[in-house]
Amino acid sequence: MIADNFIYCKPETKKDAVKAYEKLKKESNKVFYYGGGSEIITMARAGSNVPDAVIDIKGIPECNVLELKNDVLIIGGAVSLNDINESKLFPLLGTAGARIADHTNQCRITVGGNICGTIIYRETVLPLLLTDAKVSIYGPGRRRTLPLNEIFHERIKLDQGEFIYQIKVKKEMTETPFIHVKKTANEKIDYPLVTVCVTQYKGRLRMAFSGICSYPFRSTDIEEVINNPEISVGDKLNLIHNLLPEPPLTDYEGSGKYRIFVMKNIIEKILERYHNNAKIL
Amino acid sequence: MLKFYDNLTVINLDVNGELRSVTVRPSDILLDVLREQLGLTGAKPGCKNGDCGTCTVLLDGMPVKSCLTLAIETIGHKILTIEGLGGMGSHTQIQEAFVEYNAFQCGYCTSGFLMVCHALINNKPEADEYEIEKWLESNICRCTSYQEIRSAVESVLKNQPKYV
Repeated sequence: MIADNFIYCKPETKKDAVKAYEKLKKESNKVFYYGGGSEIITMARAGSNVPDAVIDIKGIPECNVLELKNDVLIIGGAVSLNDINESKLFPLLGTAGARIADHTNQCRITVGGNICGTIIYRETVLPLLLTDAKVSIYGPGRRRTLPLNEIFHERIKLDQGEFIYQIKVKKEMTETPFIHVKKTANEKIDYPLVTVCVTQYKGRLRMAFSGICSYPFRSTDIEEVINNPEISVGDKLNLIHNLLPEPPLTDYEGSGKYRIFVMKNIIEKILERYHNNAKIL
Repeated sequence: MLKFYDNLTVINLDVNGELRSVTVRPSDILLDVLREQLGLTGAKPGCKNGDCGTCTVLLDGMPVKSCLTLAIETIGHKILTIEGLGGMGSHTQIQEAFVEYNAFQCGYCTSGFLMVCHALINNKPEADEYEIEKWLESNICRCTSYQEIRSAVESVLKNQPKYV
């Protein structure tokens, strides 16, 4: 049971969603867009971050799109992780989503919710950062589409009243060879100790991480080192932990030192394979 | 016309093939509404945090954890609970297989597992070991009947397409 009550509405258009937001925001403080609801319900039940109102975006047709159009994959913000995985349209995103929570929850968790949620791991962001995904955002008075890399720094930077209604990825990018490794401290279904996501595009490796720091990130600094043929694998491994955007996370799942150890171990195995075959797969 | 639900409201839910009227607050979770208003106590409260799966019901044929679903967002969708599985005096093959393979001990998790298994068999009749494991990982059985549950599912999948 959720002790507190909140207002609920389910608009059928983007415009109505924003209208609802503006109306509710005048009367209430915390107005959240609502996708699968797992995080909002969990937080509300615990009495932390209880919304005053939620706007369910699952009734908006554009938010439920999952299709290839003119060689661009369009994924609605309210599409579930399970639907993305089952579609096989974007294997890397499908694989990443299939390691978030469990299968039943993946039928509810939406890609937009995972990107915008408050849980720090946001593992669907990794494939999207590596494949130059663009996000289409709708909000009061404007609609904009821009690269996720430009708007995601530690977390998605949305203006008040905005929500992600679609994600767009070039088909070519959805087909890049990839490796996705998620290590957890104990159970298979858990938050990541370290998740490493690697793609190979135009002969270069791209890398993004979750769990190692307090937010997911793609590191071009690490990529520079990893792709430098003049640096040995051993030296690469010694260099990369100095290139993290912040000190590694220490919490109940593992210390920062342990996370670094696990991260290096994952990367070492990937690089061994890469150096032997010039391929990551 | 945009409708705002802000307090106690009467809504109709399609539960086990019948339209049922319930009075809910927007923040009421489906699990509580099923149990307390409709007397459908087959979906069990466990962790109430989306981890254990004992509250699993089907929404439009796919499993959901009713503790992580608002009752109000299920308007217009088909809800199937353990009470709606099979029919009066009859059981589905997966229910019979659970008995045959002793796929439970205390039984608290059984209704949740049965709903996941039912959805798996219907949605993935060709499910391989990986798929079976992936779907069953959503639920926890503290009596550890996992192998028996898995055997029950596999036995029904082998009997496809006769599943009813």
